[in-house]
Amino acid sequence: MKESLRYLSLCGLLGYGYAPESLKNALAQELDFIGVDAGSTDPGPYYLGSGKGFVKPLQVKRDLQLILPEIKRRRIPLIIGSAGGSGAAKHVDSVLEIIREIARENSMEFKTAVIYSDLSADFIRKAADGHLFSCGGAPEFDPASAGKLSNPVAQFGTGPIIEALKSGVEIIVAGRCCDTAVFASYPIWQGFPAGLALHAAKIAECGALCAIPVGANDSLLVELFHDHFTVEPPNPVRRCTPESVAAHSLYEQPDPNCFYEPEGKIDLSDCKFEALSESKVKVSGSRLIPADKETTKLEGAGLVGFRAVTIAGIRDPEAIRHLDEIESGVREAVLQSANFVSPQEYTLRFLRYGLDAVSALDGPPEVMPREVGLVIEAIAPRREQAEALIGLARSKALHQGFPGRKATAGNLAFPFSPSDFSGGEVYEFSLYHLTDIPLEFTPEIRMIK
Amino acid sequence: MKLYDMAKVCRSKNAGPFQVTIDLMFDSEDKYRQVLASPAFCIEKIGQLYRTDPDKIAIKTFDRILTVKVVLPRMYSSGSPLDNDVYGSQQHFPLADLDIIA
Repeated sequence: MKESLRYLSLCGLLGYGYAPESLKNALAQELDFIGVDAGSTDPGPYYLGSGKGFVKPLQVKRDLQLILPEIKRRRIPLIIGSAGGSGAAKHVDSVLEIIREIARENSMEFKTAVIYSDLSADFIRKAADGHLFSCGGAPEFDPASAGKLSNPVAQFGTGPIIEALKSGVEIIVAGRCCDTAVFASYPIWQGFPAGLALHAAKIAECGALCAIPVGANDSLLVELFHDHFTVEPPNPVRRCTPESVAAHSLYEQPDPNCFYEPEGKIDLSDCKFEALSESKVKVSGSRLIPADKETTKLEGAGLVGFRAVTIAGIRDPEAIRHLDEIESGVREAVLQSANFVSPQEYTLRFLRYGLDAVSALDGPPEVMPREVGLVIEAIAPRREQAEALIGLARSKALHQGFPGRKATAGNLAFPFSPSDFSGGEVYEFSLYHLTDIPLEFTPEIRMIK
Repeated sequence: MKLYDMAKVCRSKNAGPFQVTIDLMFDSEDKYRQVLASPAFCIEKIGQLYRTDPDKIAIKTFDRILTVKVVLPRMYSSGSPLDNDVYGSQQHFPLADLDIIA
């Protein structure tokens, strides 16, 4: 068994970028593998629902372009997790297409394992019958929505990636998987303790986010031993300190003392963080408490409607003082004219930036602002309905009268022509649940050239 | 003194699409202890500020790095029709305005 292994987390998210110098410095040492996570639910349900990536293909191509010739030449396996952002088949295929493009441009070929994680509507129906458990504060699953999810996926753990590694591929393109699976699979496969491997992976998946200065857009080097691991940014402008690494355990986590993965609970309460140099930190004491029962997290987004918005600014103090009256006048006028959609089917929202758009919890401000940014949003079942609603709302808002109005030619300063924008489909996360039904994900081996 | 002025880091972020977590990091043990000891800093008060059920709020402490974490349910899930902060990164207010009574 190896005494240690070393890997590089390319960056916090594939497509966010990394310094070429970081890659160069990292490659000066022997690496067992390179990993990069591409997934997040943070940008909201649209990306899973629509099958589109929140990082653009040109960004992903740049990040892969620098590294693919290197992994080929040095025979370092590359693991990409939650490919395309949300990890459904459409996302995975978009990343495969980019790899194909780079392979073609460089006359290279890559033995690639592809692991899809899509779920069928039949599976969701079966799971909805007593095998779905809310997680992370999600409400109960509504079985009626089982057939209405776009691109539902399961988030698999280390198992399928270990399977893929055994087949000796050069690249693994994984569908939706746990962030930790990208970095913990290889070490667990090689016999390293799972608790340490998963904790190191949890830190590594964010790239240099645990460093000072923080950088999701830079790399992190991890060296794993059997009783501890070390982290260090390969970019000399950054450093890791015990505080910066310990603090990272808090990020986006409900509990800093533990986190949960399909493999079990990773207990950090006895963790030690020590400085080994100016920029390298040693971590020890992370333990895995294996799960009693295997569960898998499922994600799915349901289509709610289509969005259209208009954006304008308001400077006139009387108009700012009478925003409530303007809003109710607009609502009334839209209700009266919108014969193409029933009132129960659409929503109209007024976001008053400068006043209370970000948080209305505080109540109105003591002093009225000099300017207010107004976003009016309509959501309706069909795109053309949302666009027509916003057309009505915009023209009415521009001309709406109110007591004491002096600027009788118009209430709004539109920065753009056209003033209205289509926001596309609106989704919401309706599946964010654990299931105890065992799932299998089989790597498919392909030659990409 | 306001929580915002006492904390070195005061931030919020999604913890999944249905929860937001607020991190308060302090640069002295005194301030950290003062906040934790303040009767104003409790789930009932936070529930009132965020108009949410106090039983669904958790306050967690991380002594080693002088950090307090508050986990709250989101009123609307991230990116759903009535949400106004997809990443949840501006939800540290109104909590940050809380007056800490020593």
